[in-house]
Order: sequence, then C-alpha cells, then structure tokens
Amino acid sequence: MRYLCLIYDEEKKMAAMAKPESDAFMGEYFAFTEGIRKSGHFLAGEALQPVHTATTVRVRNGKLSTTDGPFAETKEQLGGFYLINAKDLNDAVQVAAKIPSARFGSVEVRPIMEYDQA
Amino acid sequence: MSEDAAGRVRAMVDTVYRSESRRVLATLIRLLGDFDLAEEALHDAFTAALERWPRDGVPANPRTWLVSAGRFKAIDGLRRRARFDASLREIADQLEADGSGPELDDAGVADDRLRLIFTCCHPALPPDAQVALTLREVCGLTTEEIARAYLTTPSTVAQRIVRAKAKIRDARIPYQLPSVAELPQRLDAVLHVIYLVFNEGYSASSGDSLVRVDLSTEAIRLGRLLVELLPEPEATGLLALMLLHESRRAARTGPAGELVLLDDQDRSRWNQEQIAEGQMLVERALASRRFGPYTLQAAIAAVHAEAASAAATDWAQIVGLYDVLLRADPSPVVELNRAAAVALRDGPAAGLALVEAILARGDLADYHLAHSARADLCRRLGRTADARASYERALALTRQEPERRFLERRLAELGS
Repeated sequence: MRYLCLIYDEEKKMAAMAKPESDAFMGEYFAFTEGIRKSGHFLAGEALQPVHTATTVRVRNGKLSTTDGPFAETKEQLGGFYLINAKDLNDAVQVAAKIPSARFGSVEVRPIMEYDQA
Repeated sequence: MSEDAAGRVRAMVDTVYRSESRRVLATLIRLLGDFDLAEEALHDAFTAALERWPRDGVPANPRTWLVSAGRFKAIDGLRRRARFDASLREIADQLEADGSGPELDDAGVADDRLRLIFTCCHPALPPDAQVALTLREVCGLTTEEIARAYLTTPSTVAQRIVRAKAKIRDARIPYQLPSVAELPQRLDAVLHVIYLVFNEGYSASSGDSLVRVDLSTEAIRLGRLLVELLPEPEATGLLALMLLHESRRAARTGPAGELVLLDDQDRSRWNQEQIAEGQMLVERALASRRFGPYTLQAAIAAVHAEAASAAATDWAQIVGLYDVLLRADPSPVVELNRAAAVALRDGPAAGLALVEAILARGDLADYHLAHSARADLCRRLGRTADARASYERALALTRQEPERRFLERRLAELGS
C-alpha cells in the first residue's frame, strides 16, 4: 500500500540553522533516503522551496484567482514529501518516524486512494 | 427434543455467548480481516448455534464450532454477494485458501484477544474512538450502553465507531501484536484507554447508577484481561491502582451523595478484599524493577490503604514515592499531590508554600483541585479570607455536582 508522508517544518528555525548544523541535517536526509531505497519503501520524494514562493490558485464561477502563499498562516509549513510503499500503517509509521524532520517538526502520513483495485 | 431440553440448549447458547463471544469475534476479525464482516459472522454463527445445537447436540468445543461456522457463513455470504460485485469472489477465494488451519488453541486465541485490544487502542485513532471501540469490541457493550455511560447519544457513539473502523480499513491499521520495539509506546496507549474508562466511572459515581453501565467495573475487567494476556509490570500496576481506588468507593460518598475526602472516610467501609489483591499486585509490579507511573501511584494508594487512620498514615513514605513518581513522570498535578502529602508530613504552612509556587507558575490556574487544596491549607492556618477566595475560585471551575456540594459546604463552614 502506498502512503504519502507530508513533512512539516518550522521554516524560520530551519533557515536559522548554522552551516555545519544544516549540512549535518541534509546528510541525515541523504542517509535516510538511501536507507528507504534499499529497504524498498521509497517511491518518490522531494523537498519544496520555502512557502514564500507558494501561489494558491482557485477557480470560482469560471474566473481564475491567484493569491500569494497558502491560505492560512501556520507555525509549521509543508517542506517536502516522500511517497512510500509500506505493508501497513505500522510499517509506514516506522518509516515516517525516521524522517529527520520528525524530531523537530511533524510528518503527516496519508494512505493513497487507490481507484483501480481490480 | 422436548420443550424443556430446547430451553436448556438456549440457556447454554446464552452462557456460551457471554463467555466466548468476544474471543470468537477476536479470532474472526483475524481470519476475515474486517471488523464488520466479523461481527456479522459472529451473529450468524450464534444464530446457527440456536438452530443446530438443539438438533445435533452442543459441540465438544463450542468456540471452535462457532469460529468455523462464522468463517463459513462469511465466505458463503461473500460468494452470494459476488454475483453483484465480482471483486468479492476473489476475497472469498482468498479467505477460503488462507484459513484452512486457523490456530484455535488457547495461546492462539489469547493472541487474537490481544490483537483486538491493541488495534482498538491504536494511537492513530482519536482517543474518544479508542475508548468507544474498546468498550464495544473488547467488552461487548452495546452502542446504547456506551452512550448512556458517557451521557451522550447512541448516534454519536456509533459515528465514532464507524469512523474508527473506516480508518482501520482505509489506512490499513494492521491486526497484529506490536513488535518488541513498539511495545512500550503501544502498551501505554492501551493502559491510558483503560485508565480513562476507569476514571470516567469513578468520578461519575453520582450518576443514576441503575441505568449507567459501571465503567469502573468494566475497566477493572479489562485490566484483569490485559494482565492475564500480557503480564507486563505496568499493566499489573494499573490493575492494582484501580482496585485500590475502587476499594474506597463505598466510603467516598456520604448518605446524601456528598463527596467524602480520603482523610474523613470511614475506613471500615473500605473493601478489604480489593485492598489485599491490590497490595499483592503492587508488590509483584515493584519486584519486577521495570515499573512506571501506574505502579508508583498504586504504591501510594497502598500506603493509604494500610493506614488505620489519616493521622496514622506514613506520610514520609508517601512523599518519597511522589518524589520517585515526579522523576518518572513529571507533571504539575503530581506536584500538587506531593504538596498535599508534604502538608501532612511537615504541616500546612510547608504545603501551602509549595501549592502557591505551583499556582504562581500558572500551570494549574484553571484546575479546581489546586484552588481547593490552597483553600484547605489556608483554612487550617486560620487565613479565612484567603480560604474563602480560593474555595470560590474552585467552585467557579468545577463541573462535578458532588464536588460543587462539597465546596459549598466548606464555604458555609467558614462562616461570614
């Protein structure tokens, strides 16, 4: 079963990290990604640019509206994701717990809706 | 078969239902991989028993018979529905192939019951759903009984249960025992649910007990089941804690339903059988050297239980146990309880200094018991105006009727 792990971080804290600290953190991410590639969990994963680069798009009554940023100000921002293959939720939670940001921010684990089961 | 014999078989089916239905359900969920399918199968299996047992006699092992009958009925049902939904045929074939030799010995069934408990108390489910699902599936209470016990509507409870089952299915929460690495965290979740159920029953003792299922009794039953299936020290400690609290139930309320504090309770009304069992369990848990907060709280309750009166209580030992508890599980409420014990060991002034320090930090500013503790200590020190202010603050914050009456009585006693 596929699960999407949405990674929420405090961007301000991440940006305020000293160089050696942030290098070490990135190193942890590389090691984690390598680990879940080897274990067969990894399907995809990316980091996102900071939330100030975000644009929200809506179409209402056929009219396009674009606005700056996400719709709500929150303490933690979506900073990246992994799409993983896991046996069940317990397996997915074990993977998510090893994402380095889980120690500082949070990781939302969502099962992927599978439309064509036959 | 005569009317009489048929009646006896029906009574037998009832007895088997009471003693075995939760075990049969736990195993059917594993075999069928679905809560709703298993519940339907359980119902069908007992319906079949009512038909067949009067004719064929009661089987030697009713549990195995019921599991087989339930499984067969479920597969049969899926096959029939497969005419309208082809995907069900595959599931039915799969189930038939899988379950050829289900483990139905006592150890296998015990594991199924634990699987059910751990799944109902899975931390990925919201807490109120964990409670509702556990009472429904593990204890076998009806939705109506759970609703009455929690003073809510059956539809609210039903909705919680439906949503929880949907999450188990859709997010694929597995029906399995936690790994050794996961066990401490997962066991904590189970203990927490049991303790929540117990406390709801314990603090709601003023309700109309005739129509409310006794949640404390259910929690103790759950605690016993858990200790029987998984004798971990903290599970033992929690059972001890519940028994020791429960032992004071009769003494906790006066003739008019008013709250009687520990110090003022008639100790001859404490249940000595529950105390003896609680003490034995505390000792067992302490001896493991792997105990935690529940065992420590039970040890504190055990010290109270062995004292002939409030004055004869070993307050030094209680303060010492609170010190250990604070290190194991720091919380302002534990600090407050420690302060109350210090007041009894070293006098009200020493206790009051601690309570005021906790209140000054703001952690318990909205906790009625912190204010009533301050009020009580001020009263003993003769600081009537301070006592009055704190009783009034506590009164404004409490939501429980017996507590309210207790505080009003204390306020009246202060005079004007």
